[in-house]
Amino acid sequence: MPTRITRFAFATLAILFLVAPLVAILPLAFTSSVILTYPVPAWSMRWFIELFTADAWKRAIVNSLIVGTGTTLLATTLGTAASLGLRNRGLLLRGAFRTLFLLPMVVPAVVLGVGMQVLLARFGLTNSYAGVIIAHTVVAVPFVVVSVTGALAGIDERVELAAQSLGASPATVFRRVTLPLAMPGVLSGAVLAFATSLDEVVLTLFVAGPNQRTLARQMFSSIRENISPAIAAAAFLFIAATLLIGLAVVLSRSMLARRR
Amino acid sequence: MTAGRSKTGRSLLLLLPLLLFLVGFFVWPLFSMMSQSISDTAVLRLLPRSTEVLAGWDRQSPPTPEMQAALMEDLKAVDDDQALGDMVRRLNSARSGFRTLMSKTTAALADPASPPVDLVSVDKRWEKPEFWIAIADALSPLTDRNLLAAVDLGRNADGHIEQLPPDQSVNRVILVRTFWISALVTFACMCIGYPYAIIAASLTGWKRDLMLAAVLLPLWTSLLVRTAAWFILLQEQGLINDLLQWLRITSAPLPLIFNRTGVIIAMTHVLLPFMVLPIYSVLITIPKNLMPAAASLGAPPLRAFLRVLLPLSLRGVASGGLLVFISAIGYYITPALIGGPGDQMISSIIAFYATGSANWGMAGALGVVLLVATLALYSVYARLSADEPGRR
Repeated sequence: MPTRITRFAFATLAILFLVAPLVAILPLAFTSSVILTYPVPAWSMRWFIELFTADAWKRAIVNSLIVGTGTTLLATTLGTAASLGLRNRGLLLRGAFRTLFLLPMVVPAVVLGVGMQVLLARFGLTNSYAGVIIAHTVVAVPFVVVSVTGALAGIDERVELAAQSLGASPATVFRRVTLPLAMPGVLSGAVLAFATSLDEVVLTLFVAGPNQRTLARQMFSSIRENISPAIAAAAFLFIAATLLIGLAVVLSRSMLARRR
Repeated sequence: MTAGRSKTGRSLLLLLPLLLFLVGFFVWPLFSMMSQSISDTAVLRLLPRSTEVLAGWDRQSPPTPEMQAALMEDLKAVDDDQALGDMVRRLNSARSGFRTLMSKTTAALADPASPPVDLVSVDKRWEKPEFWIAIADALSPLTDRNLLAAVDLGRNADGHIEQLPPDQSVNRVILVRTFWISALVTFACMCIGYPYAIIAASLTGWKRDLMLAAVLLPLWTSLLVRTAAWFILLQEQGLINDLLQWLRITSAPLPLIFNRTGVIIAMTHVLLPFMVLPIYSVLITIPKNLMPAAASLGAPPLRAFLRVLLPLSLRGVASGGLLVFISAIGYYITPALIGGPGDQMISSIIAFYATGSANWGMAGALGVVLLVATLALYSVYARLSADEPGRR
């Protein structure tokens, strides 16, 4: 049956197109050469050493961790609280609130960047960690809202009513029933918020000063100005982290599923 | 109903922090960007006295001594060279000749030995009402100049809207290019993504998981990493050129980077998951026995596809296509790194005006154009996917 062969060939080629570019750059992280081409003359760890010792890269990694942690905390807190508020179906303008909370995902980053720079300059927050964290939180918060509202929608309200009827105060119901059940959503929202912050370049370009250069921003400018295998090493770290996080999410899901 | 009211109160209290945060750091920035694009205080700021006097002028008669005195006072009071430069640039764009006139005038005013009696004695051009009209027009704090210029329109001397001369008409070219590149990327994504989703939805078990994982892995990987990967693959000594030459398909390296081809390839790769996932989520809701049923009734595969599968999955294709298109028109990083000067899209131009030349008015105006286009398309998308049953 020829259609079967074409289908198989198409699927294989498409998978290759999707995955091969990510795989192809991994070995270049271990090259000993100063240029990013195959064949690799010899294997070495020099670019990872460069990444963790060269001032610009080391600083960028630290900055990314600072900004990412700040963004994750702020976005998860604000997003989780808002998602709990959105649970109330009788709420006036519920749809409008939801749309507003998701809109930062849609607005082009450059447009938001221009506005953000004008506004933060007015408050004197440009070139500060606070400014970068605020900007990243704006684009990270929709992911938290989507993830937590999804988890909350899956909670059977009768469980909460049962706890209430057994005499639990609203605070206890929340702490002992709602929050534990929503926790997977909160955690994956937090992971997504961190990942968004880690990957954010455009807003960082507009808002951050030279002292807040994040890893993504550093990668962007080094691809533009002086490309070196340090990029491939940084990409290796990104991809490895992605796979680890993905694995952790899958494992925690299956563990939760087994617990139920 | 105190219980109901307290529940509503609690919900609002929970919503409030994020609401305030987004109003302050999302809605307000967008509004200040919009207001930048229509605000025009470069002249007004420096000429407060002239503003008062010019309000009573009839725009026809020769300039009165009071007007000249007021303008001289204002110009003497200016101590900010950059603001003066901004004002002269603004006036010169309304009426050419202002640049030389102003530098001559400010030089004469700054001469302590022989201060001029009036402006006409400095330069005869100050007698002409045209220059005063230009100043009077520039005193309005609001302008549509930037918004019109964003789509290559301008006002002529009579105040009518007309096309800007071709040498100033760059924005429309870039807008058309942005939409064209986005359309090509959407088309490429559709050509790959639609069959891909059909195949994935028809499979079961690990094969389906593999196909979905192949979409999700790039989706979860950093955009920058994917762009860097394409940068490395597409370069002159990159893997793709090596492979093509090794296979003897080409004898010399093909130019794949810093041109349109590279941008389309990289953007298609980056945006393909956004096409596959919505189509897939619609396809899995379609009963599997419909296509065999059509075949058993005698429909050839193509006809069965056109009459059964295509109409049923069209909503997924439309929302996937819109999602890709919306994302593509706002793209900055990929064209900036993979494209050449002829492939820069509207975002790059906005970034250039904002960071390169600090022209906030133009950056804001082009930003408004991009924002309006995005939100209009998004409202269509939201309507399409609102009643989607299998929505994630």
